[in-house]
Amino acid sequence: MTQFMGYQRPDKTVGVRNHLLVLAPIDCSFEPAKKIAAQVDGAVAVTQYHGCGSDPVIVSNLVGTALNPNVAAVLVLGLGCETLTVDTVADGVRPSGKPVETLVLQQEGGTLKTQEKALRILQRWAQEVAEYRPEPFPVSKLTLAVECGGSDATSGLAANPAVGVACDKLIDEGGTVIFSEPQEMIGTQHILARRAVNERVAADVYRMIDEDEARLKARGIDSRWMSAGNIDGGLTTIEEKSLGAIRKGGTRPIQGVLQNNWDRFDRPTKPGLWLQDGTGWDVPSVTHMVAAGAQVVCFTSGQGSTTGHAIAPVIKITGNPVTYQQMEDNMDINAGTILDGSESLNSVGQRIYQTIIDTANGKKTKAEALGYRDYIVFCRNRAAEHLLGHC
Amino acid sequence: MVKKAIQIDEKDNVATTTGEVDAGEALEVISPDGGVILRPRVSEPIPFGHKLAIKPIKKGENIVKYGEVIGVATQPIEAGAWVNTHNVGSARMPTSGKEAGIL
Repeated sequence: MTQFMGYQRPDKTVGVRNHLLVLAPIDCSFEPAKKIAAQVDGAVAVTQYHGCGSDPVIVSNLVGTALNPNVAAVLVLGLGCETLTVDTVADGVRPSGKPVETLVLQQEGGTLKTQEKALRILQRWAQEVAEYRPEPFPVSKLTLAVECGGSDATSGLAANPAVGVACDKLIDEGGTVIFSEPQEMIGTQHILARRAVNERVAADVYRMIDEDEARLKARGIDSRWMSAGNIDGGLTTIEEKSLGAIRKGGTRPIQGVLQNNWDRFDRPTKPGLWLQDGTGWDVPSVTHMVAAGAQVVCFTSGQGSTTGHAIAPVIKITGNPVTYQQMEDNMDINAGTILDGSESLNSVGQRIYQTIIDTANGKKTKAEALGYRDYIVFCRNRAAEHLLGHC
Repeated sequence: MVKKAIQIDEKDNVATTTGEVDAGEALEVISPDGGVILRPRVSEPIPFGHKLAIKPIKKGENIVKYGEVIGVATQPIEAGAWVNTHNVGSARMPTSGKEAGIL
C-alpha cells in the first residue's frame, strides 16, 4: 500500500500541511484577521459573506474547515456583536483536541490590542508547528477532492479520464475520493445509482440530482438541453456530456452522498468514492469538499484556471496541450500528451497519482507557490429550498 | 505524425479523435494502455473531438463510451464511420439539439 508523509492531529486525522487558521466567523472581522495572518509564517485568514445569522450550514462549513487535518491550530477572531459568535465556531472545533483560541475585537478594545494578543498566539504556534516532523501513513488516511472548471473538448477526452484513473488507484489502495457538481451529473443518474453500494445510496443519488434539476428548472433552465455547440463539439447525448464530467471521479462503487443542509453535515465515514450534494461553482465546491475533510484537491480545466485554496493544495490538470503551454504558470500537469499518443491515458493517470502523493508529501502546487488562498463558503438559499420542498 | 483517436474505456465501441481527420487519412485508435488497436479506413471527414465507430455497430445497438451506454444507433454504423446525432439517439431522454436561449 502506498504511504504518504503527514502530521497526525489529536483526533487521529492526518494533515499534509500545517496551516494556522485565522477564522473570522463573518466578514466584519475579516480585515483585521487578514492583516494579522499576513504577518505570521504559515497563517491564513478565511471568512464567509452570508451575513451575521448563525446559519447551521455556514457554521458547519467553517467548523469543517477548521477541523480539516491540514489545519494545525485555529484562532477564531470575531467582532463581538455577531449572532455567529466565536464560541459557536470554537466549540465545534474543541472536541478534536486541536489548539483553539478566540479573540473578540469589541471585548479587547479594538484592532491594536487584539492584534498584539493574536500575534503572540500565532507566533508561538508558528514556532511550535515548525518542530512537527511528518510521519508515514497509509493512503487510507488520505481524502482527495476532485473538481473541474473551464471545460473544453479535451476535458472529457483526456484530463477527466486520466484523473479518474488516479482516483481508481487511490481507492484501490484504500484511500477516499469526493466529487460534487450534481448539475453535471444530470442524465447519468441511472449510471451513478447503479454504482451505489446499496438501495438507500442509489435513492440518495437520484434525490440529489433531481433536486438540482428542480433548482435549474425554477430558474427557467432546461438542464437536459444540449446546445448546438455541444453537438458541433462532438457530444451526441446528455449522457455523454455528463459522463465526461463524472469520469473525473473514476469508476469505483459509490459509498454514499454527503449532505450539507440545515440538519446535518456529512463527511466520508469509510474509504472509497463519495458524491457530495454541493455546487458546480468551482471555489465554493472545493471549499465545501475540503470542509468535508479532503486534504488534497485535483482540479481539471480545459481552458486553464488559477484556482488554489486556503488550506489545501490544488493540483491543476489540463488535457489541452495549448492551454498547458499558455498557462504553464498555473497548470501543474499536462494531460494533453494523451492527444498525440505520446503518453497513454493510464500512464498519465499514474503520473497524476504520483503527483497526488508527492503533493501530500509536501511538494508545493503552483497555486500554493503563488500564495493563492481561494476560499468561498457555499450555502443555498434556504427560502428557495423551502419553496422547492427540499427542506 | 499519424492522427489519433482515443478509446477511453476498454468496453467502448467508439473512439474520440484528437484532431480533424480527412476522408482517407491514416488514423490510429489508441487504447487506454497506449496500444494501437485499430487503423480504420476513414470514409468521411471527422471533426476534432468527435467519435468514430471502432467496430461495426448494428441499428438498435448501444453506443458505449466511458464504459457506459451513451446512446443507441439509429442506423447501421461501419467501423471507421463518424458517430454523432445523425446516426445515434439518446437511450434515455431526447436531445433537443437547439439553443435554449438562456443561461
